[in-house]
Amino acid sequence: MELDKIEKLVEKYLEAETTVAEEKALKTYFSEEKVAPHLEEYAPMFQYFSIAKEEQFTQQLKLDTLASVTSKKKFNYKWLSVAAAGLLLFGIYFGNVYRENQIEQEKARIAYQDTKRALDLLAENFSKGTEKVAYLNQFEETKQKIYNKQ
Amino acid sequence: MQQSEFLNVVMPFKDKLFRLAKRLLVSTEEAEDATQEILLKLWSKKKAMENYNNVEAFAMTMTKNFCLDRLKSKQAGNLKLVHSNYEEKGSQLQTQIEAKDSVNWVERIMEELPEQQKMVLQLRDVEEYDLSEIAKMLDMQPTAVRVALSRARKTVREKLVQKHNYGIG
Repeated sequence: MELDKIEKLVEKYLEAETTVAEEKALKTYFSEEKVAPHLEEYAPMFQYFSIAKEEQFTQQLKLDTLASVTSKKKFNYKWLSVAAAGLLLFGIYFGNVYRENQIEQEKARIAYQDTKRALDLLAENFSKGTEKVAYLNQFEETKQKIYNKQ
Repeated sequence: MQQSEFLNVVMPFKDKLFRLAKRLLVSTEEAEDATQEILLKLWSKKKAMENYNNVEAFAMTMTKNFCLDRLKSKQAGNLKLVHSNYEEKGSQLQTQIEAKDSVNWVERIMEELPEQQKMVLQLRDVEEYDLSEIAKMLDMQPTAVRVALSRARKTVREKLVQKHNYGIG
C-alpha cells in the first residue's frame, strides 16, 4: 500500500474512525519488514496486537467434573430431603417411645409412693395393736396370780 | 444441552475470554481460574443459554463483570501485590533484555491504562470486534467506546514514543 494512504489510515486509527478491515490492512503493513522510518513507532503496537491474539487458554476444561458437579448438586438435594424426612420420622418415633417411658416411670413412682404410705400406715396400726396386747398380758398374769391363790 | 454441544458453542471463544481476563487480571493463573469459573457458570446456565441470541457477547460481558469484581475484592489486591513484588525481584539482566523488546513495552503500557480503555483496546485491536458489539458487551454508549478507544490508542502511542526517544526502546 502507498505510504500516504497508510499515513492517513494511521491518523484515522488514532481517532478510532477506521473500520476493522482498514485496521487489518495496517496490521499487515506493520508486520512487514519495510516500515517507513517516521512510522516506526507504530510498529510495536500492531505487532503486539497480532502476538496477543495468539495466546490461548491451554487448561483443559474438565467437563466430566463439570457434568458431575451439576448432577451431583441435584442428587444431593434429592437425597438430603430423603435423609431429612427419615431423620424426622426417626426422631418422632423414638421421641414418643422415650416420652412414653418417662410417663410410665412417673406412674410407677407414684404407685410406689402410694403403696409405701399404705404400708407405713398399716405398720403404725400394727404397733398400736401390739401395745394393747401387752395390756392383755398383764391382765392374764394378774388373773393367774388370783387363780393360784385360791 | 449436551456436553458436546456446549463445547461446540464455547470452544470458538474460550481463548477470547481468557485473553480479556488476562488483560484485566494480569496474572496468567488468575486469568485461567477466571476463565474456568466463567465456563462453569455458563455450563450451569446451559438451559437459558439456548435463548440468548449471542452467547459470545454474553460470555464476554460475564468475563468483564467477573474480573472487575475480582479486582475490587481484597483477594485480588493481595495478588496484585504479590505480582508487583515478583516483578521487582526479577534480575536486572532480565529487565534489560525485556526493555529492549519494544513489543513487550506495549503490554506494559496497556497494563497502566484505565480498566475501561484496556477492555476497549483489547476487544477492538486484539479481538477485532465491531464498535457496536463492544458497546453491547461493555454496556457503554457507542460514542463512549469510540472516545475510549481513541484515547487508549493515543496514550499507547505517546508512551511508546517517549520510550523510543529516551533510547530505551
